[in-house]
Amino acid sequence: VDVNITREGGESKLVLKGRLDTVTAPQLQEELLPEFKDADRVILDFAEIVYVSSAGLRVLLQAEKTAQAKGAEFKITGVCPEVMEVFEMTGFTGMLNIE
Amino acid sequence: MHELNIPAKTERLYEAQAFAENLMEEAGFSPRMKNSISLVIEEIFVNIAAHAYSPAEGDVLIRLGLEDKNSVVLEFEDKGKPYNPLEEESPDVGMPAEQRDIGGLGIFLYRSIMDEVEYKYENGKNILTLKKREER
Repeated sequence: VDVNITREGGESKLVLKGRLDTVTAPQLQEELLPEFKDADRVILDFAEIVYVSSAGLRVLLQAEKTAQAKGAEFKITGVCPEVMEVFEMTGFTGMLNIE
Repeated sequence: MHELNIPAKTERLYEAQAFAENLMEEAGFSPRMKNSISLVIEEIFVNIAAHAYSPAEGDVLIRLGLEDKNSVVLEFEDKGKPYNPLEEESPDVGMPAEQRDIGGLGIFLYRSIMDEVEYKYENGKNILTLKKREER
């Protein structure tokens, strides 16, 4: 997965591209979680994420928990229908801030 | 039935997925169905890779049956420790994030995606058979 990070003010935006699976999820975790240290708003641009498995869901759940513990905002944008279906099946639509 | 026998190692995951994706592509399956089957393969394959033979190593045999353009039969066979994934408790998908546990999602996903999932232990082998028919 390609991760492109831009930081402005208290906001970190991560533009992702590729697959979020068992092989790539640890990489996203390493890049995503530290962003909550300084940012009070973290946005994941999912427009070019075509595939998410449970390994990817685990990273998103951890990010959401981290955000809540810190009182930060965590938002996912541009989710494609295939990935949205996985979010819906697992109840992640009701748990994450998805735009 | 098409067959692929490979070492049960996470780094071989893409090989297992490509095996099914290529055959489904040739057979004219929809991208949506290919995506779903890829996801199911990941969830099962990485589970076998992580637990079946650990700390030793072994193979997994994957069978793929494409009866027509709408239906898929998938079978996973390993000679690891007896393990029935269908006995795992399903996660409560209605829980808020702070109460959500991190486990069980993979099994829950493939049970949701597939129409039928059966497990048996036979002749020292774990055999998981899954079926899905696509509505058109």
